[in-house]
Amino acid sequence: MTTPPLLSVRDLVVEFPTRRGTLRAIDKVSFDIAEGEVLGMVGESGAGKSLIGAAIIGLLEPPGRIAGGEILLRGERIDSLAAEPMRRIRGKRIGMVFQDPLTSLNPLYTVAEQLIETIRTHIDCNDREARERAVALLDRVGIPAAARRINDYPHHFSGGMRQRVVIALALAAEPELVIADEPTTALDVSVQAQIIDVLKEICAERGASVMLITHDMGVIAETADRVAVLYAGRLAEIGPVRDVIQHAEHPYTQGLMGSIPTLTQTSSRLVQIPGSMPRLDAIPQGCAFNPRCPHAMERCRRDRPGLLPRGADREVACWLYEAAEEEVRHG
Amino acid sequence: MIAFIIRRLLQSILVMLTVALVAFALFRFVGDPIASMVGQETTLAERAELRDALGLNDPFVVQFFTFVSRALVGDFGISYRLQQPVMELILSRLPATLELALVSGILAFVLGVGFGVYTALRRGGWLSSSIMTVSLIGVSLPTFLIGVLLIWVFAVELQWLPSFGRGDVVDLGGWWRTGLLTESGRASLVLPAITLGLYQMTLIMRLVRAEMLEVLRTDYIKFARARGLTNRAVNFGHALKNTLVPVITITGLQLGSIIAFAIITETVFQWPGVGALFINSVRFVDVPVMAAYLMLIALVFVVINLIVDLLYYVVDPRLRMDRTTAGH
Ligand SMILES: Nc1ncnc2c1ncn2[C@@H]1O[C@H](COP(=O)(O)OP(=O)(O)O)[C@@H](O)[C@H]1O
Ligand code: SF4
Ligand SMILES: [Mg+2]
Repeated sequence: MTTPPLLSVRDLVVEFPTRRGTLRAIDKVSFDIAEGEVLGMVGESGAGKSLIGAAIIGLLEPPGRIAGGEILLRGERIDSLAAEPMRRIRGKRIGMVFQDPLTSLNPLYTVAEQLIETIRTHIDCNDREARERAVALLDRVGIPAAARRINDYPHHFSGGMRQRVVIALALAAEPELVIADEPTTALDVSVQAQIIDVLKEICAERGASVMLITHDMGVIAETADRVAVLYAGRLAEIGPVRDVIQHAEHPYTQGLMGSIPTLTQTSSRLVQIPGSMPRLDAIPQGCAFNPRCPHAMERCRRDRPGLLPRGADREVACWLYEAAEEEVRHG
Repeated sequence: MIAFIIRRLLQSILVMLTVALVAFALFRFVGDPIASMVGQETTLAERAELRDALGLNDPFVVQFFTFVSRALVGDFGISYRLQQPVMELILSRLPATLELALVSGILAFVLGVGFGVYTALRRGGWLSSSIMTVSLIGVSLPTFLIGVLLIWVFAVELQWLPSFGRGDVVDLGGWWRTGLLTESGRASLVLPAITLGLYQMTLIMRLVRAEMLEVLRTDYIKFARARGLTNRAVNFGHALKNTLVPVITITGLQLGSIIAFAIITETVFQWPGVGALFINSVRFVDVPVMAAYLMLIALVFVVINLIVDLLYYVVDPRLRMDRTTAGH
């Protein structure tokens, strides 16, 4: 038997019951993250990226709930765990970095207090040992004079420095998986690259896998091993970063790539996708992308395409490729 | 820090001077002090002489200055009605009011925070909903009605608790008479304390609840949960502390209004405090007592305000500017 991947998400469905029916925000999303791998998760705002992260770490806010599928950590289901065992996984096995470092830290506690509390929640050690670990960690994420600065309150740090503190906190108990939800979106452009570098390096050092949520394809291109493209709560395409960027197969991904000029210097024109992503209560029948798709066919408006394997390590949810496969088979 | 305290002190002095002006104006515009002091048979000449002797013909500024400098040493003159030094009167009544206000305040704070936190954490539970519904009654019923209802149920029908007075008091060191050391004193305190504290309690409870719900939605609470901290650490270590920062200010100010609102409760329960003294002095246009009471209440508010500001400063590190080493 092969060893199971670090994280496996199978047919995940997240729903919000509302007065006017149930909204399905995540619809049968499946992907794996391998040991030590960085998986990029892209999609425009509202595609459901954060919800997938929240579902994995067990912090969906009610009334949102997992209505189907399963989430496995090293082959063990974690989506059906009771509150207490799930709490023990948070921080200890799955760490999370949120978007806004200015609001992620409790303003009333020093960095030392927050780090030591987190370390001692998961690791059996005394206060002094926890403090030593905390200082080493701060030093590692690049806080100068860590031994002194650790006693400062969050408001004494700049945005970039605070995000380093947040990363230190997320990694305090050495989790195997780190979910970073747009970790640089709220930061000044000048420090974004540094923060991504720190995150990437530290995780690589410890062999931690990363799910990097972002809508910045540039960041994905430089950081991720594989990328998953999300559209209206469904996966459109998933595969190795190079392949997806250079040869996007899903028409939506092609459009996305088209909107990043630096990455498509080979193509002379910018592909613009007309229209916008549908609201959750108005997702069209068949392929969710069909009203905007330049290649939409009869079948696209009727049946929803599942993820079809494309070669060894790619999958794409688009009827174009089934047709192609059939043609190949028949021809 | 020092600059902050000095600034707040100067503001406080300004407030006190303004109130002093109002109190002083009472003497000039409410009743005629001479008429209150002399008998029917006093001649006009004698009255004029008295007026002169009392300095009532001096320029306004001089009179006000005299009033303030006397007030500073606690001299508010003689009560028209009781012919006793006003300060003596007030000091003898103050312990009763302070004990009542303090017990009410503690009751309101402890129960208010407790219920507020409970209803925030158990939002939607049946007990939370019941507490919220009952609290609506607390804010909407006028104080005197609550007092009368309590008297009717617990004093008249059940006969469990006394309905008026302060019970037996014990003299402590000759200047503080306390009701807290005798059983009848404590029994007498129950109904007035509940009456006086109920409104504040519901206010604090609703404030704590709203604030706590707000805090529970913040990113740093989500992040604390995402780090696997226990519910207890998240709810009480992180959320409650942040909830209490703004609550402290308002609660502190509530204590001021508890003392001020004691007027009604003291009247309903015939509680021998300064509030009742004030009501009686209004009835008899006893201006020196009214003026002194006004200044006293203002002083209470100003002092509480000052303490609350300092407390705020101690609790919230963001306000401690002297430590700012914000770097990049
Ligand atoms: N409480 C909620 N009730 C209804 N819909 C929600 C709720 N929270 C999120 N959603 C919907 O879920 C979708 C995905 O949200 P999110 O995961 O935050 O998107 P992303 O992180 O990709 O920008 C959005 O369309 C949003 O409208
Ligand atoms: S399935 Fe059809 S509509 Fe959807 S992306 Fe493919 S071609 Fe376009
Ligand atoms: Mg998001």
